[in-house]
Amino acid sequence: MAELIELDAAETAARIAAGEVSAVEVAQAHLDRIAESDGDIRAFLHVDTSGALAAANAVDERRRSGEPLGPLAGVPLAMKDVVVTRGLPTTSGSKILQGWVPPYDATITRRVREAGIVMLGKTNMDEFAMGSSTENSAYQVTRNPWDLSRVPGGSSGGSSAAVAAFQAPLSIGTDTGGSIRQPAAVTGIVGHKPTYGAVSRYGLIAFSSSLDQAGPFARTVTDTALLHQVLAGHDPLDSTSIPSPGPDVVAAVKEGAGSDLSGVRVGIVRELTGLGGGYQQGVLDSFRDAVAILESLGAEVVEVSCPHFDYALAAYYLIAPSECSSNLARFDSVRYGLRAGDDGSRSLEEVMSLTRERGFGPEVKRRIMIGTYALSSGYYDAYYGQAQKVRTLIADDFRRAFTQADVLVSPTSPFVAFGVGERVADPMAMYVNDLCTLPASLAGTPAISVPCGLSDETGPALPVGLQIMAPAMADDRCFRVAASFEAAYVARNGQILAGRSRSGSAGSGTAGNGTDGANR
Amino acid sequence: MTQSTDTSAYDDVLTRYQPVFGLETHVELGTASKMFCGCSTTFGAEPNTQTCPVCLGLPGALPVVNAAAIEYTIKIGLALNCSIAQWCRFARKNYFYPDMPKNYQISQYDEPLCTDGYLDVEVHGETVRVGIERVHLEEDTGKNTHVGGATGRIHGADYSLVDFNRAGIPLVEIVTKPVAGTGALAPEVARAYVAELRDILRTLGVSDVRMEQGSLRCDVNTSLTPNGSSEWGTRTETKNVNSLRSVERAMRSEMIRQAGLLDAGGRIKQETRHFQETTGSTRSGRSKEEATDYRYFPEPDLVPVAPDAGWVEQLRAGLPELPAARRDRLRSELGLTADELQSLVNAGAVDAFADTVAAGAPAAEARNWWLGYLAQSANAREVEVAALPITPAQVAKVIELIAAGTLSSALGRQVVDAVLETGGDVEQVIADRGLAVVSDTSALTEAADAAIAANPDVAEKVRGGKLPAVGVLVGSVMKATRGQADAATVKAILLERLGVSETG
Repeated sequence: MAELIELDAAETAARIAAGEVSAVEVAQAHLDRIAESDGDIRAFLHVDTSGALAAANAVDERRRSGEPLGPLAGVPLAMKDVVVTRGLPTTSGSKILQGWVPPYDATITRRVREAGIVMLGKTNMDEFAMGSSTENSAYQVTRNPWDLSRVPGGSSGGSSAAVAAFQAPLSIGTDTGGSIRQPAAVTGIVGHKPTYGAVSRYGLIAFSSSLDQAGPFARTVTDTALLHQVLAGHDPLDSTSIPSPGPDVVAAVKEGAGSDLSGVRVGIVRELTGLGGGYQQGVLDSFRDAVAILESLGAEVVEVSCPHFDYALAAYYLIAPSECSSNLARFDSVRYGLRAGDDGSRSLEEVMSLTRERGFGPEVKRRIMIGTYALSSGYYDAYYGQAQKVRTLIADDFRRAFTQADVLVSPTSPFVAFGVGERVADPMAMYVNDLCTLPASLAGTPAISVPCGLSDETGPALPVGLQIMAPAMADDRCFRVAASFEAAYVARNGQILAGRSRSGSAGSGTAGNGTDGANR
Repeated sequence: MTQSTDTSAYDDVLTRYQPVFGLETHVELGTASKMFCGCSTTFGAEPNTQTCPVCLGLPGALPVVNAAAIEYTIKIGLALNCSIAQWCRFARKNYFYPDMPKNYQISQYDEPLCTDGYLDVEVHGETVRVGIERVHLEEDTGKNTHVGGATGRIHGADYSLVDFNRAGIPLVEIVTKPVAGTGALAPEVARAYVAELRDILRTLGVSDVRMEQGSLRCDVNTSLTPNGSSEWGTRTETKNVNSLRSVERAMRSEMIRQAGLLDAGGRIKQETRHFQETTGSTRSGRSKEEATDYRYFPEPDLVPVAPDAGWVEQLRAGLPELPAARRDRLRSELGLTADELQSLVNAGAVDAFADTVAAGAPAAEARNWWLGYLAQSANAREVEVAALPITPAQVAKVIELIAAGTLSSALGRQVVDAVLETGGDVEQVIADRGLAVVSDTSALTEAADAAIAANPDVAEKVRGGKLPAVGVLVGSVMKATRGQADAATVKAILLERLGVSETG
């Protein structure tokens, strides 16, 4: 029998439900794994040992008393620290919230708890979710389990690293411009950014309100779907929450895993294939191989053009900073969090300024300043107004493309995991990590990243992600295609890609070449 | 107050300048819960007990629009003859202030819910149409208390306290178009506008409109145009104007101040000024020229509001009879002259008057009470007449008892005083305090005999035919019965006991 930490979430829940293993044992195994590995990985900002064991014990009690358990009851989960958790410190990776213990639960926290999922702790992230490497955390640098000298992506890097390092089979991230998909891609796991409004934002510390979406990470497509099903659904506390039930993504996974893709039209987005350069060759090779797999599954592959995607980066870096400049105004030392310099010699205004000066990191300050400028009277139309128009044009591009294809595909990121410190000094080098993920963020459409191969172009073999995009409210299409792809990948390689980071024998091939026999 | 000096200075201003004014009125809506969360809106609770993650602006919390507030605002817009937007958005108004939990206020910017209406007001029998620019919805801020220091302001305070109970209470802002051409009447027109607005809001049942609790607050914009000029002068915005009387006083004093400056060759600075109740004058606040850029943008946490046209028509059809229509009806039904009605309007006693009549009192008596003794009582207590703790039914009862002879007019006033002081049922008050007219003849005869015995020389004069002298004896009896006797009855008894016949 494989170690408990190597089991996927569905299998873990099944064994707990059958009484083969207790939820407490499962929780303890993961807590042990965290204790043993997190000195290197540094995925967690806060580990809630007693809370996790108590939640696990409650699941065991319910099982013993014969209560029916949900499909993920007893399964451990790592929560991104941007999600508010009652009684558990929540910092959003920022010094300005150090020591804040929320008096309430986010809606998704409540849903996780009600599903009997065992929350192990809070994971590291770029401060206020601003970044693509998790190096902007005010607390620590998280390492990529595939190569400890590299970043785990970001901003949900703690959550991606925790799952890739087998510290938890499930985790939750948030994605504003790619912060679930890119970290999933570079750590070799699955991550889904739901349709905007599918998952409640109530209790997510806002970065950019019109873009933020929480979503699941897991090592398999099935587990990702199971967690998505827990998170998604209408929430009256979030008025941007979609008031109708979303599609059944678990059923979509069953359908996808059990069938090929005949009749499915897959569109390759020309603007996301690195024609203008800038994409790593290893990423493009993996992507080409992934498309070949899709074709071999019977999908009809077409090329589509979305010309306005070229403006996505520019539009995003106006809209997101503008909204963040307003969203982050509440961190002023008056009611919670850091208060700097309140020694009786300073005015309220001075204390507010000093608190924000000391409490926010450089990237957060950069974006607040950009956003404040972009919203200023006299500049609003030229910047924020224009960016919103670009957003409409991108959504129109998607609409047109989805008349030609059922799903669109691209590499998730132009790059594999890069070295710690490699891009921190150059904001643009950091921003281009999200080139492929930004369009779906701006359009509010769903997209999943599923591991599709390895690239050793920059050294050791590192994971590459395939992004599958679908129309709004059709998250099930992402899951169906991802499940078919994953099944084909496993059939060729003997296991899911995430399995290989564990053995340290990741090999050096790409999907489909069949030569990296790192089978377990 | 130096009313006469003010009056001549004021008249003097109008020989050279014409005022243009505008009003921004903030009204706290009377919804049960706040604008964007479920917290209670009850006034007077312990500080920070009516708060939640949303109205405290805790990280992660999100607003959800209160549907009742939208409905109330549309009703106000309809009552003010506005167009109702078919689609509009909330916007964030960004500025830092410690009474504002999110450091932005959710408001409406270029897409207000209601636009382009009017309100007709009557001043001295003349109808003036005040244009309404917009009616929009926003959230109120919390309340700061600055402790220590001399001014009660944040500068110099030892520390400041914030109460967020008020934060997030739905606030409607009603903005007029500039009102020009009202000349010397401008301050009265402004006052009449606020009074009429207040009555409309009360009639609609959308707010309790308690100015003294701050549920209706006015900002008064005033400018002066030199006679013969077609270009309006620079305006100032006077904040903190929280009673009808203050609206009028603030504008008068600001007109006099501006005229003084202009006469001396100065120019008016566009600025915010604060009205001071104690002096009746305004003082400079922050300058608009250095005002913050609010960086408005559409509130991304809320979906647009799109009131269904059919629903709006339903609301329109369901509007109650508005004060102007009601006054017209009362005027014809109760046979009041325009002036009589106007005095009731000015006193804020139309409803009280009509309800007193409806409770059975004759119109003349009801009017006398509300414009006379009750108006004086309200004045003495510094409250609006309508806010007196006495109901129209109670007033009608007093009137009825006076007509029946159970109460004299003097006793009636005592009963009213007692009700105002301690409350309670009129008849109970009379019984408890023994205020009814003494109609027991034997008791009165006894008192009359005592008065005659105590004043033998007066009695002799009366017996000798000097009938008017009986007044001294009547007074003595009235005093002995603490005013509870009917003077005419007392006089008759005295004459009878003295064996004198009035008709001779």
